[in-house]
Amino acid sequence: MTGTKTGTKEPTGTEELVELASVSKFYGNIKALEGVSLKVDAGRITCVLGDNGAGKSTLIKIIAGLHQHDAGTYTIQGEEVRLGSPREALDLGIATVYQDLAVVPLMPVWRNFFLGSEPTKGKGPFKRLDVSKMRRTTREEMLRMGIDLRDVDQPIGTLSGGERQCVAIARAVYFGAKVLILDEPTAALGVKQSGVVLKYVAAARDAGLGVVLITHNPHHAYLVGDRFVLLKRGAMAGSHLKSEIALEELTRQMAGGSELEQLSHELERAPVPAHLGEGA
Amino acid sequence: MSGATAAHTQPHHKDKKERPDAAADERLVHRSLARRLMGRPELGSVVGAVAVFVFFAVAADSFMQLSSFSTVLYASSTIGIMAVPVALLMIGGEFDLSAGVMVTSSALIASMFSYQMTANVWLGVLVSLVVTLAVGFFNGFMLIRTKLPSFIITLGTFLMLTGLNLGFTQLISGSVSTKKIGDMAGFSSAHALFASRFKIGDIDLQVTILWWLGLVAVATWVLLRTRAGNWIFASGGGADAARAVGVPVARTKIGLYMAVAFCAWISGQHLLFSFDVVQSGEGIGNEFLYIIAAVIGGCLMTGGYGSAVGSAVGAFIFGMTSKGIVYAEWDPNWFKFFLGAMLLLATLLNAWVRKRAEASK
Repeated sequence: MTGTKTGTKEPTGTEELVELASVSKFYGNIKALEGVSLKVDAGRITCVLGDNGAGKSTLIKIIAGLHQHDAGTYTIQGEEVRLGSPREALDLGIATVYQDLAVVPLMPVWRNFFLGSEPTKGKGPFKRLDVSKMRRTTREEMLRMGIDLRDVDQPIGTLSGGERQCVAIARAVYFGAKVLILDEPTAALGVKQSGVVLKYVAAARDAGLGVVLITHNPHHAYLVGDRFVLLKRGAMAGSHLKSEIALEELTRQMAGGSELEQLSHELERAPVPAHLGEGA
Repeated sequence: MSGATAAHTQPHHKDKKERPDAAADERLVHRSLARRLMGRPELGSVVGAVAVFVFFAVAADSFMQLSSFSTVLYASSTIGIMAVPVALLMIGGEFDLSAGVMVTSSALIASMFSYQMTANVWLGVLVSLVVTLAVGFFNGFMLIRTKLPSFIITLGTFLMLTGLNLGFTQLISGSVSTKKIGDMAGFSSAHALFASRFKIGDIDLQVTILWWLGLVAVATWVLLRTRAGNWIFASGGGADAARAVGVPVARTKIGLYMAVAFCAWISGQHLLFSFDVVQSGEGIGNEFLYIIAAVIGGCLMTGGYGSAVGSAVGAFIFGMTSKGIVYAEWDPNWFKFFLGAMLLLATLLNAWVRKRAEASK
């Protein structure tokens, strides 16, 4: 074992699953990510916050095995790794749920749940899907996380956006993920649906998974997060434990702090255009 | 109770008393038989088939005779054998415009190889199988490698095969058709497998009907009960999502093109052994009949949805219409009009089905 658990500021009792230390990524001469450090513990949620273009997706791609980092270290359960493919990441227990790539809309829920890892029974030409097990498991797993499907045969496209995310998360949990990476799971959802997903994220955390929640919504992040990493233009803009930071401060930093203040200043002073003042 | 559960339960309490089945989820009651049938991809085609059948039963006296039935089934099977893999391919999200001429190519290869080598025709049949599968592999491989639309790739293959069929036949046989191979070794056994007839009661049936039904059964099994079937649906319905969870999308699509090639080989051998000679210009335009049968049978042009049984019903509609017009003693020119009208109706129905299936919330 190469790695040691260094610098654990956190109260003991949690297992460190993933650690990035000063990770950088270059695309040619463009710095996509520079010196980003992040820790994911079992049963904890690490939120990665940042505006568009802050480097969030590059960070996910490195953790998920789609890209390799150019500098720094990436350790999974104490062992330094350099992932060559998403499959490798999956085998090491790192599952990624993408916002728009989660499911195949026209396929029934149970087929989606097991897609790519279908259980079979029988031998030779009679090797077939274990349909009853697939249906039963899908129903049970969804129920376990608080979603009561009325019919596992319905096309998954008929579920709401939040429920679809939940199926994708439940699938990752069922197939033994230790670390769950969620790419903007609430971005396209309404308030109620976001709540459903966040509840589910919390359920995954309670089940002992380490979660990386990527979002640009500090309110959602603050509801469930234990640790917040702020990205700005590919670099770390801050890393806080929940106890160290209040929502207002997080929102302020996330929104660009002084930039936002300046913007609000400008907006306040903006003169009312003449044609609007007359009343339409 | 989560918000989702609450959202789910509201609209389904109307007809609770209908089926007092204690074991079933009480919210499932609203799914009446009619509604469940609505969810089947074959529904539109079955309704259409019944309508066409009744129509010709009334319009053409001789349509209801047993011998007519056998003729209709034969016409259906020649299209149906190809409609099965074309339907699978369409569910997998792709087209194959070369499927029609590939049948002719397959027949030409078997015939000319056997004749030129004076070999047992079975050798020609095997060579034809290998070459045809290679063409299918080429289609799939090019699709994956170039990432061009399958429409373009297979249009290219279609034109190339058309040219090769005519060119090689002219070059080798010196005419537009192949030489007779009926007296060569192995012809009679190959004829028995690909082009013989058999009797059930008083009906004289072509062996292609057995091939057709067998292929439908195998395809249905693969589609609904194997991992490969799951991958076919996923490759057509959401290739990126499928790839993200580890489905071998490239392999699935290449396999589908090879399945089309395999069935083209069966069809081609039937062509060769039932007529003895093969016309090199045949097969052009048939690819559309296969696609029409698949679409009438409920396959979505955009992939991810459809069934093998539906393609068989689609082929049966084709058979009934093409022969029914003859039995009704109408001008067969009307046939294409019927086919076009049915295609439009079927596509509209399918579009509606998809909208229903994809509607969220």
